[in-house]
Amino acid sequence: MAYTEDDLKKELETKEYEYGFYTDIESDTFPIGLNEDVVRAISKKKEEPEWMTDWRLESYRAWEKMKEPEWANVRYKKPDFQAISYYSAPNKKPKYDSLDEVDPELRATFEKLGISMDEQKMLAGVAVDVVMDSVSVGTTFKKTLAEKGIIFCSISEAIREHPELVKKYLGTVVPQRDNFYAALNSAVFSDGSFCYIPKGVRCPMELSTYFRINQAGTGQFERTLLVADEDSYVSYLEGCTAPSRDENQLHAAVVELIALDGAEIKYSTVQNWYPGNKEGKGGVYNFVTKRGICEANAKISWTQVETGSAVTWKYPSCILKGDNSIGEFYSIAVTNNFQQADTGTKMIHLGKNTRSTIISKGISAGQSQNSYRGLVQINSRAENARNFSQCDSLLMGNKCGAHTFPYIEVKNKTAMVEHEATTSKIGEDQIFYCNQRGIPTEKAIALIVNGFSKEVLNKLPMEFAVEAQKLLEISLEGSVG
Amino acid sequence: MELKDKLISSFLAFEEAFDLNSDIHELRTRSLKEFEQLGFPSKKEEAWKYTSLNSVLKPDYSVFPKKEDTIEYRDIKKYLIHDIDTYNLVFIDGIYSSHLSQTTHDKIDVCLMSSALSKSKYKPVIDNYFNKIVSKENGFTPLNTAFSKEGAFIHIHKNQLADKPIQIVNFATGNEAALMIQPRNLIVVDENAHVQIIERHQSLTNNPVLTNSVTEIYAAKRAIVDYYKIQNDRDTASLIDNTFVEQQEQSNCSMHTFSFGGKLTRNNLNFYQRGEHSDSTLKGITIIEDKQHVDHNTLVHHISPNCESHQDYKGIFAENSTGVFNGKVLVDKEAQKINAFQANNNILLDDKATINAKPQLEIFADDVKCSHGCTIGQLDQDSLFYLRSRGIPLKEAKALLMYAFANNVLESVKIPEIKKRINHEIAQKLGVSLGFDL
Repeated sequence: MAYTEDDLKKELETKEYEYGFYTDIESDTFPIGLNEDVVRAISKKKEEPEWMTDWRLESYRAWEKMKEPEWANVRYKKPDFQAISYYSAPNKKPKYDSLDEVDPELRATFEKLGISMDEQKMLAGVAVDVVMDSVSVGTTFKKTLAEKGIIFCSISEAIREHPELVKKYLGTVVPQRDNFYAALNSAVFSDGSFCYIPKGVRCPMELSTYFRINQAGTGQFERTLLVADEDSYVSYLEGCTAPSRDENQLHAAVVELIALDGAEIKYSTVQNWYPGNKEGKGGVYNFVTKRGICEANAKISWTQVETGSAVTWKYPSCILKGDNSIGEFYSIAVTNNFQQADTGTKMIHLGKNTRSTIISKGISAGQSQNSYRGLVQINSRAENARNFSQCDSLLMGNKCGAHTFPYIEVKNKTAMVEHEATTSKIGEDQIFYCNQRGIPTEKAIALIVNGFSKEVLNKLPMEFAVEAQKLLEISLEGSVG
Repeated sequence: MELKDKLISSFLAFEEAFDLNSDIHELRTRSLKEFEQLGFPSKKEEAWKYTSLNSVLKPDYSVFPKKEDTIEYRDIKKYLIHDIDTYNLVFIDGIYSSHLSQTTHDKIDVCLMSSALSKSKYKPVIDNYFNKIVSKENGFTPLNTAFSKEGAFIHIHKNQLADKPIQIVNFATGNEAALMIQPRNLIVVDENAHVQIIERHQSLTNNPVLTNSVTEIYAAKRAIVDYYKIQNDRDTASLIDNTFVEQQEQSNCSMHTFSFGGKLTRNNLNFYQRGEHSDSTLKGITIIEDKQHVDHNTLVHHISPNCESHQDYKGIFAENSTGVFNGKVLVDKEAQKINAFQANNNILLDDKATINAKPQLEIFADDVKCSHGCTIGQLDQDSLFYLRSRGIPLKEAKALLMYAFANNVLESVKIPEIKKRINHEIAQKLGVSLGFDL
């Protein structure tokens, strides 16, 4: 029987989350609830200096006064912030030099994910800083990086060992009061990554952190701070999968990128958290604040593949402060069943001759809602600023929705801004064309979806592209060849 | 006193002077309550994010103008499309001027809202259509309904063709220090009927004027409606225009908006496609300077399958002017096989000019072709150089390029005199004479 789009739809609906498993590691978990004492306790637990505790408390006080935002095009049951445990760490905190010493159960987890550390170490040359339930448990390749003067460690370690750097840059791109979730994160962030690339250094390998939400009922509040000093280069990978769980889990991360004069940062994300089952029950709430600032001649490039989470609310942004700086945003967002995604970017042009490119691809299936929301702002002093935006949506079935909300604000006459968006389904003529040439419908759909997202997939680093393909498979199995 | 309070308190006096129909009375009272709740929109509302009404609402507007009809035809001739024969509905300070107008009841009804609201002959039409498709998103429409009294009433009966275009022109004389006018138009075009309408709001002095106009247009099966709005008012006049168009099967409606002046112009243009195979065209040219502000807020709601919509808005912004384009295409789940296009192109001429664009697509059906494009840029330096190297002075070269930029909006204008008039106004605006028509 011929494989039709309907079959694909059926398959998509019934497709269960393949990577849903749960690793049984004893965790040291705080009781639920949030107040100043909890914030202090987190800070104490992490052996933080006083200025950090004060910084957290300041954020907490600001958060208390804020209201949860409602403008996004998503519907969900608001999380009860007093019903979440704000700290959870694997009990045995290991400090290994080699993989053999790692808890075998933990290693099995990674093997199931298909990211065997041994393999990655050998084949890909990737330094993996594994963050499991918010605490960094293993950092590899640290020595190689240390030789170049690169600091790549967990943020709590950075607070202890490089307080001057953290103090100087933390909260400069995403201030504590920036938004509701950023304030919450600033108050309670448990761990995350810190990276500093010294002047003129080209990071020899792709830095990567594997995030996993593991403990039931613990929200993850990751904090990532990445500083690329003058004329340096770094490519950073972030990828996530989460176990199948019925309870909604909250994830409110903050990522800050700082690219000083002439620096280049490439930040890639593959997000595949549990999207909920096909009735729309469960799934991760992903409310993330990601922002980067570019000084003169600097470049920040965001690439993301979003396939998971029940609700996604995420706008990786670039502030193009310096002259001649460049911002890029490449995104694929796939939503299925009852998933909702409201994602996009902000490009704030402040400096002269600044350029930005936005390529966003949305694929909606099942009863999902997929929105692109972006802002391109050219300020009056940004001479010769240039922006190109393209947002394409692909709809599968008539129960889903695709929405585009671009905001364009231009205050300078020399600006050139282009925005285009299209929405369509897979054309019958396209499939017919493939069929004619002996390509079965299933393969044809795969080919078309692949081609649709190719522009973005191409932007991923080699090591990650394979994985991104794999994650797309889970969301759209049978359609990606 | 704040304008809102003033309007609410003067409502009673208004109703006492003009309570002729109990149905309408009830509707007016209800609408006033709605206005009382909604008030005037503020910048906090998403749809008004880029348009501030503060300075527009400040003057102490008089709500009931004194009747003083002193205008002669020669004073207003230049504001009319006078070189062709048309039906004219001329209102002076919101009051109908019979000696400047030309109406008809021969096969088609071109007359006044006040008589349509009061005469029993028109009751079925009023009952069926009056205030049926207006949206209550902001306070302006309910406010207009509460004070609805005068305006154009046009009813083209089945299989009839309006033999001449109809002009609806509102003049403000400046007899009042500041005036608020609220015209209310109802246009019903029956099956197979065809009509062409030209609308203009014009202030004759520099006294502040605020016009809050509401127009409802109903196009029945296979009806054709061709509507032109010419907005080239003084820098003291502001216009909030709310237009609602409902289309049935195979109907064809087009709306051209030419915005060349006025302190603040807000066009809320809403199309609802209720019948299959209907076609909507929304086009506009905006050329403004100084501190002028033009805001196009469009909605095309595709409710039925197999329909098309085309939007094309061009803007040229000089000096301190601000342009806003907020276009939305909404495609319902049932509305399959839709082709919806939206284009918005803008040129900024000066450093202080601003453009804010927000072209949106909200799509719930899968078998559709929807696209939007939005560009912001400046005149191409190479093209300018090319023209100048052939002996065309800079000013004329710029004007030529701007003509070319706006031209595809003018192409679909079906009344040659309007095309000529708009060409003339564009040339005037750019301060050049090219000696030819496009």
